[in-house]
Amino acid sequence: MASGEIIVKGGFIVDPTQKMDGVVGDIAIKDGKIVDKVSSSAKVIDAKGKVVMAGGVDVHSHVAGPKVNAGRLMRPEDKLLSGFCRSGMAQKNGYRMESGFSIPSVFKTGYAYARMGYSFVMEAAMPPLLAPHVHEEIHDTPIIDEAALPVFANNWFVMDYLKKGEVENTAAYIAWLLRATKGFGVKCVNPGGTAAWGWGLNCLNLDDQVPYFEITPREIITGLLQANEYLGLPHSMHIHQNDLGNPGNYKGTIESLKISENIKTKNKFGREQVMHSTHLQFHSYKGENWGNFESGAKEVMDYVNKNKALTVDTGNVTLDETTTMTADGPFEHHLHGLNHLKWVNVDVELETAAGVVPYVYDPNIKVCDIQWAIGLELALFAKDMNRTFITTDHPNAGPFTRYPRVIKWLMSRKAREAVLDSFRHKDKVIEATHLHTLDRELTLFEIAQMTRSGPAKCLGLGSYYGGLAPGMGGDVMILDLNYKDMPKDPEKIEAAFQRAACFIKSGEIVVKDGEVVSNGHKKTVWVNAKMPENPQVMRDITQSFTKDYTVDLINYVVRDYLAPHPMVIDVDVEA
Amino acid sequence: MATVTLKPTKVPELMFEGYSINPDAFAGKTAAQIAELPGHEGKIVMKLADFFTISGDAGATAAETDIVIAGDCSRVKYIGARMTAGTVTVNGNADMYVGGWMKGGKIHIKGNMDSFCGIQMEGGELLCDGNAGNHVGCAYRGDWRGMKGGTIRVRGNAGNDIGTFMLGGTIIIEKNAFIHVSTHAEGGTVIIKGDVEGRVGGQMVKGDMYVLGKIKFMMPGYQKIDTIEKEVDGVKAKFDHYIGDLGERHPKSKGQIVYANLYLKAAA
Repeated sequence: MASGEIIVKGGFIVDPTQKMDGVVGDIAIKDGKIVDKVSSSAKVIDAKGKVVMAGGVDVHSHVAGPKVNAGRLMRPEDKLLSGFCRSGMAQKNGYRMESGFSIPSVFKTGYAYARMGYSFVMEAAMPPLLAPHVHEEIHDTPIIDEAALPVFANNWFVMDYLKKGEVENTAAYIAWLLRATKGFGVKCVNPGGTAAWGWGLNCLNLDDQVPYFEITPREIITGLLQANEYLGLPHSMHIHQNDLGNPGNYKGTIESLKISENIKTKNKFGREQVMHSTHLQFHSYKGENWGNFESGAKEVMDYVNKNKALTVDTGNVTLDETTTMTADGPFEHHLHGLNHLKWVNVDVELETAAGVVPYVYDPNIKVCDIQWAIGLELALFAKDMNRTFITTDHPNAGPFTRYPRVIKWLMSRKAREAVLDSFRHKDKVIEATHLHTLDRELTLFEIAQMTRSGPAKCLGLGSYYGGLAPGMGGDVMILDLNYKDMPKDPEKIEAAFQRAACFIKSGEIVVKDGEVVSNGHKKTVWVNAKMPENPQVMRDITQSFTKDYTVDLINYVVRDYLAPHPMVIDVDVEA
Repeated sequence: MATVTLKPTKVPELMFEGYSINPDAFAGKTAAQIAELPGHEGKIVMKLADFFTISGDAGATAAETDIVIAGDCSRVKYIGARMTAGTVTVNGNADMYVGGWMKGGKIHIKGNMDSFCGIQMEGGELLCDGNAGNHVGCAYRGDWRGMKGGTIRVRGNAGNDIGTFMLGGTIIIEKNAFIHVSTHAEGGTVIIKGDVEGRVGGQMVKGDMYVLGKIKFMMPGYQKIDTIEKEVDGVKAKFDHYIGDLGERHPKSKGQIVYANLYLKAAA
């Protein structure tokens, strides 16, 4: 962390946390934090005529761990021609070689996020058993701060406790596991369905029974929501619903979102929602089959707009060749059956599963175009941008390096229409979606809500990330955009978000003129939920490690050396 | 037409990645400008002039440019890779990736060429007077989109993995080949005039293969349906017609299942 003082002078400040929308002013940084003022010896960065924002916060991205690595191993072709600098050049500039497109190397991941002005990224699905690997990769990803969400919704302990209605035991198990894996919160992927995959089955409806465990997805979701609030964790339960990616799934999606209505939020981190519904694009499909497939974005967002207990992220399809990867094992098998491409399938003992399949979102295919439109519609139908965030579910709907392109589409109707016009099945796409009728163009303030203040608040990190108020983290992005004279050419918006004019992370200049100039000082963020020891849960865990796991309990826990730069968030659980 | 002649002056210590040696990169440049074109030796960026003396200016376009390499290029990779027009002639051997991803034009290697020649080729002609290494006209590692068009003719032998994931175009091996021919292919034609060790057409969905010699070990997924007379690459002969790979998925066309065809020269 740099102690040097920096002052960013005269930029148009866009900071929703302070309701500043294009206010011309200075941002002072000292000891890695935003401060009121600095001494006259501070380094001056001229931001005149440029936009100044906080560092970006990504609420959901698959950037580290075994399934990302499985994708890298399976797809050498993803690296062909995608490394923008070869080692000779990298060496000359003092940084590491970058490679990969949809599954970039850890170095490219860190550098590319930094060039886009992102300071925090949430790894969206950590298999607890393989948490050491996740943390090793997180540690090797330069510059950006990261945290990881362990997956719980197909965990044998969780299903056993919740079948008996034991929320307190579930909470105690979650608290133990977060500590053991240095995790951040509660991720829920295809509740019950992934466990059913062990029998070659799936749970597509909320009331399907999980074989052997005799519990339903509805009970798992309800129980995890309750346990999350029992603990008062910074982030809410984070869900990838059942029946992802199938026509007609929007009804099931709304039904599962409604479960949040019965739960009250309880936390000390300024979080208001009880459920974060991720990559909503994959869950907002109407129609009965791929032939009459259409957008369900309006129906889903009408509900989301009404229910303040929810936050969502979009999961925008970017029309690229990418690599899908999820703990939703049965879905990946289904996808492999559709495109016949290579497939990885992994079972993670008592905890979860995973699948990886390459996917080409081809603009010449109607379904892909409709998916593209749905992602944008979700954002354009949203009423509260502080509850709606931009993601591509990296790399599932597209690589995170396309965020600037998604921002361009959201900010410019002209840019969206140009893509629509390029489609072979343009008329059919327009008929199946709402996008063509939407005139809304998001503002820089709304984009800052969706990528900064909103996700930071949703993660319970709103006092440190996502804003520029004194006391917050010294993460400042300067964009080559003139607030008073926004470019007519939407490509310039994309370019400005792709390569920051300057990015200061934890008080240190890490990107200048779109180029990485420092490897920064990354932090691993994790949550330490302090709950009185629960003898029953501890006995269950010990017993299970003797009986069921392939590793001993002592080898399961993530050691401190794997997260050498921790930022620990303590939660005192009130019984 | 303008001819640029490259005379090797030094054997690279590591392999030299000659990705600039193609008519598209040379087009419109003088000999002095061509000498400055980059190439990697390991992690270090070198110039063509570090390994060749260059004489003759290029034509205005790739199509008007002929490149002649007067000597051995056993340690130079990517000759003619990604070219769209013009010609490249090597009076000696060439290293890996000759004509990889090429879209047009003609390459003639008078010696042997190493592995990965013509991978993911889309058009043009690649001729080799000697032997080829492995992965002739194959897909890039991991990729499922192989050769789409053009012709590769190897006058000698070839190694393993010929035409993997092939979608179109023609590969002719005039002598023998080792294992894995047209694996996963969904189109295109592979003609092997000599013998093949085995694994011919494994997991093949669609496309044609001709073997004029013997297959030592036949794949179990192929079924003989007929014996027919056919002419292939100037040879008229009786062939046993097999279809397969019966263990793989196959598309339907006009109500009929489309199989891959293997034509194996019938015993006299």
